[in-house]
Amino acid sequence: MPAQTPESVADAMYAMLKDYAGKKNLKAMDLTKAMIEKFGDDCDKQLCKSAIRILMDDARCTYSYVGGSYVVLNPDYGK
Amino acid sequence: MTDKKYPTPLLDDLEKGPWPSFVKEIKKSAKSPMVQDLLGLLERSYEEKIGHWKHGGLVGVQGYGGGVIGRYSDLPAEFPDVSEFHTIRVNQPSGWFYTSDALRTLCDIWDRHGSGLTNMHGSTGDIVFLGTKTTELEPIFSELTAAGFDLGGSGSDMRTPSCCNGMARCEWACYDTMAFCNDVTQTYQDELHRPAFPYKFKIKASGCPNDCVASIARSDMSVIGTWRDDIQIDPAAVKEYALAGKLDIGKDVAGRCPTKVIDWDGTTLAIDNSNCVKCMHCINVMPKALSPGKDRGATILIGAKAPIVQGALLASVLVPFIKLEQPYEDVKELIAAMWDLWAEHGKNRERIGEFIQRIGLGNFLEQIGLDPAPEMVIQPRTNPYIFYNL
Ligand code: HEM
Ligand code: HEM
Ligand code: SF4
Ligand code: SF4
Repeated sequence: MPAQTPESVADAMYAMLKDYAGKKNLKAMDLTKAMIEKFGDDCDKQLCKSAIRILMDDARCTYSYVGGSYVVLNPDYGK
Repeated sequence: MTDKKYPTPLLDDLEKGPWPSFVKEIKKSAKSPMVQDLLGLLERSYEEKIGHWKHGGLVGVQGYGGGVIGRYSDLPAEFPDVSEFHTIRVNQPSGWFYTSDALRTLCDIWDRHGSGLTNMHGSTGDIVFLGTKTTELEPIFSELTAAGFDLGGSGSDMRTPSCCNGMARCEWACYDTMAFCNDVTQTYQDELHRPAFPYKFKIKASGCPNDCVASIARSDMSVIGTWRDDIQIDPAAVKEYALAGKLDIGKDVAGRCPTKVIDWDGTTLAIDNSNCVKCMHCINVMPKALSPGKDRGATILIGAKAPIVQGALLASVLVPFIKLEQPYEDVKELIAAMWDLWAEHGKNRERIGEFIQRIGLGNFLEQIGLDPAPEMVIQPRTNPYIFYNL
């Protein structure tokens, strides 16, 4: 597998969030664990942290609070 | 009194009596339509004995997962000016020091964009702005950052760290709480603004065991100043207390020492420091004669919380004594190890104290690489919940 970058991990997280949208809320750690499982040694917690930051800063995602804090698709993205 | 949009007989009752009244304070801002509707909605709640707030949701400023707490009224048609009434937490300066100019700046921003109601300070330590609309969030955020302020924490993140004003005003501070508070705030900006924990994590710092920020009850990680040498005694000042005759040193100082380690023969005060539990009692009642020792540092405790998901917990000792000097590398290593373990294995909405109870302190210590110590008790003279293989 090619080495992962924060951008590629961000894209993979975004795809996962789209898959789960409306089915299950995901926390930052759920995404992190899923990415480490998917990419193995090519991914780590730090990379996932940077990836989530990219998703927030480019407004593809946002945080939602429902008892705890979740990473969700930003309904206003691209509008 | 300003003309009221709604009659509020039940709330008005809360203005009676000599004590401070939140109704009185809210009414001072009654020129704002938001405040009018707030009073109307609150009166309704008192009539019906039902809360009319909903919370949570998708509110915040771009890039941050904390700092804004979404609040909506479930009666938006009747009270339109509080249909959205979000709270904003603004990170307070360490020790809560402001210039009057800074306070005016904050109030002006808030008058322009919100209800004008504040809570200085919230129980979290933050400057709390009470009540604004979703559309005002980004403008408030940009004005705050332009003025040198930032949002605080909320949700499953590291909450805004807070501290007593220790070394700035208090002779008992055993370490520089404000420097420490500022350092952890800056170091953990990512953890503060981008929630990635199972639940909240609070760090509070008190300069001595008086624990003026009540860190032992209110923070997941409590850092309390202490000393490990002898209490400093000024015999001349002790004599003065005795001569003044107002304080019965035998009864009120020695007699109230929890471990009975103070010896008072009528002229000389002696302390068996090896059995002093640093409760501060003797120092608090004889401040001119007694003071903490010279070899100062802090005790780190873990796991306090209020009863939200499970019952309340007080913190337990994790590190009995640490020098706590900048750049705090040892503390940061400990924090990193704890966060790593809890973030990965903690259940959703499980505080670190509950996590430790679930997996056991022994396992927790082993995982974060810390050796058990006899000080790790629930309270003095109770059983350490560690099993030693001697
Ligand atoms: C199955 C047998 C026993 C059990 C389960 C037991 C349990 C306990 C417990 C839970 C405490 C309270 C500890 C705390 O403060 O949290 C305690 C205190 C104490 N036990 Fe026992 N105990 C047992 C037998 C004994 C025996 C045989 C003796 C003496 C010969 C004894 C002497 C004491 C004393 C002196 C205290 C109070 C110590 C203090 O806190 O000052 N116990 N015991
Ligand atoms: C000559 C015999 C003993 C003496 C003089 C003695 C004395 C003491 C004293 C003074 C304490 C209180 C320590 C403190 O202030 O924390 C204590 C605590 C205790 N003792 Fe003993 N003890 C004796 C025998 C025993 C025996 C035989 C047992 C159990 C089989 C026992 C169980 C305990 C327990 C459970 C505690 C509580 C420890 C804690 O604070 O967690 N003791 N003992
Ligand atoms: S906690 Fe101790 S050092 Fe801090 S202000 Fe209170 S008495 Fe002073
Ligand atoms: S600090 Fe508390 S335990 Fe220590 S000697 Fe004074 S009164 Fe006793």
